[in-house]
Amino acid sequence: MSILHTVNKSPFERNALESCLKFATDGSALLLFEDGVYAALKGTAVEPHVNDALARLKVYVLGPDLQARGFSAERIIEGVSVVDYAGFVDLAAENGKVQAWL
Amino acid sequence: MSEVVKKFMYLNRKAPYGTIYAWEALEVVLIGAAFDQDVSVMFIDDGVYQLTKGQDTKAIGMKNFSPTFRTLGDYEVKKIFVDRASLEARGLSQDDLVEIAWEDFETEEEIENIVEVIDSARVGELMNESDAIFSF
Repeated sequence: MSILHTVNKSPFERNALESCLKFATDGSALLLFEDGVYAALKGTAVEPHVNDALARLKVYVLGPDLQARGFSAERIIEGVSVVDYAGFVDLAAENGKVQAWL
Repeated sequence: MSEVVKKFMYLNRKAPYGTIYAWEALEVVLIGAAFDQDVSVMFIDDGVYQLTKGQDTKAIGMKNFSPTFRTLGDYEVKKIFVDRASLEARGLSQDDLVEIAWEDFETEEEIENIVEVIDSARVGELMNESDAIFSF
């Protein structure tokens, strides 16, 4: 059964994303939301880790949280998909389990 | 004012919206501004995200307090600093940040943008020079 991993903490402040990427197996889905969206931005110190993850995970970012923080879709790393709240629900429904990296 | 003026620094290290720290810090800065102290507001680490342009919180149902930063000049807050290394680690530059204007109502002296990007060593010096640091 596939897992949707969610990360809602800034990668610069907590190790939630780092741990998630260490344990998530190939083919899993990762959704970045709340302060987790900062990991989806281009040109950051964590971009190489997200690029590595894109080779084996499906990576999504929650659009409303990006917009709240002042970033448009153009600032997102290529390969990361922007979803809205309905998309979040779909991801939760499509995957058997949700693992929240709080 | 004849009282002793102290140097207060408000040190911001948290991103907005994910936690309440950024909003609380701004409230305290505005309250403190009423006491005619020598105030500086410092943004380091994830705190630099508080100043990004174009914040729009409609879709997350939270108050957008970003416009309030642009009023800091009106509260006679004249010193706003951002750590350059924190910006760079996040792929950001000064162009990504709001501009905060300042005007002296008596002399009509104007400064277009008081947001100053500085090196980490300077951040440390300014912390040393402060009488009190309020950390958020």
